[in-house]
Amino acid sequence: MKLIRLCGLALFTLLLALPATAVIETYEFSDRELELRYRELSQELRCPKCQNQNIADSNAPISQDLRRLLHQQLEAGATDAEILNFMVARYGEFVRYRPSFNGVAVLLWLAPILLLLIGVASVLLMMRGRRQQSTALDPAEQQELSALLATTEKDD
Amino acid sequence: MPPRLKLFLPLILFLVLAAFLYRGLSLDPMAMPSALIDRPLPEFRLTELADNRPLERDDVIGEPALFNVWATWCISCRVEHPYLQQLADSGVPIYGINYKDEDEAARRWLQDLGNPYRANIVDREGTLGVDLGVYGAPETYLVDADGIIRYRHVGVIDERVWRDTLEPLWREIAALESTP
Repeated sequence: MKLIRLCGLALFTLLLALPATAVIETYEFSDRELELRYRELSQELRCPKCQNQNIADSNAPISQDLRRLLHQQLEAGATDAEILNFMVARYGEFVRYRPSFNGVAVLLWLAPILLLLIGVASVLLMMRGRRQQSTALDPAEQQELSALLATTEKDD
Repeated sequence: MPPRLKLFLPLILFLVLAAFLYRGLSLDPMAMPSALIDRPLPEFRLTELADNRPLERDDVIGEPALFNVWATWCISCRVEHPYLQQLADSGVPIYGINYKDEDEAARRWLQDLGNPYRANIVDREGTLGVDLGVYGAPETYLVDADGIIRYRHVGVIDERVWRDTLEPLWREIAALESTP
C-alpha cells in the first residue's frame, strides 16, 4: 500500500516537471562543436519581438523560428559570419548584441576609449595647473607680506 | 579658458544632457526600421490560400500594392480587417501573407469577415516571413511596381496610419508610375 502511494507521488512529481521540458525545444547536433556554436550564436542573437532577450532565452514564436533556422544552417555547414549576415540582412543590425565594427556602431565601440582619453587628459591638465600654483612667494609678495606684518605689529 | 567661463561648464553640460534626454522622451524604443527598405521583395515559391495553386514573386508584383501579414491567431489582425476591406474597396491592391496559420481557419476567417485580398500567400512555416524580417503580425509592406519594398508598418493599420504615413507614400509611388 505504501509502495503504491510512493509510486503515485513519484508519477505526480514527474508530471509537474513536464511543462518545464515543454518550454524550449532541444536540437540534436551531429557534432559537439556545432552545439557549442549554436549555444554561443543563440545567445548573441537578439529576439526582434521581445527586445532585451536573446533568442536562446525567448519563447516568442519568432525566436523559435530563428533557433530552428540557426540549427539548420549550422548543420548545413554555414560559418558564423554567414549566419550573422543572413540574420542582419533580414532583421537589421538590431539582431546582434555585438554590433559589427562599421557605420554608426564604430562610435559605440570607440566611445569608452574616447571617454577614457578625455578623462586622462583632464586629470593631467588639472595636475599641471596645480603644480604651477607654487606656494613660494615672489619678491613683490614677500615685501607686501612683511609690510602687512609690520602694520599689525604696530597696532599691538 | 577664462575662469568666468569655467563657471558655466556645469550649466552647459546640463543643457546638453537635458536636450538628449528630452529627445529620448519622444522616441519609441520598440521602433525597429526594416532592413529591407529599398530592397526587392524576396523570392518565394508558395501556394495560394483559396485554391492551392502555386504562387511566386512574379505573380504578385507589377503594380504598387500593400502586402499584409496576417493570421487567425492574431487578434490585432481582426481589428484592422474592416479598414483593410475599406482600403481594398477604394481600389488599393492588397495581397495577404497568411503567416504561420492553419489553412482551414484562414479560409473560414475570409468567408466570415470578408476578403480584402487580391490573393493570399500561404506561409505556413514562416519562411517568407523570415526573409521579409517579419517578427509578428500584423505587419504591412508597401511594395512598388518594380517589386521594391518602400515602407514597412508594424501593427494595426487604421485611418490615421493610412492618412498620415502610408497614403502620402502611396501617392508618391503612384505618381512615379504615371510619369515614366
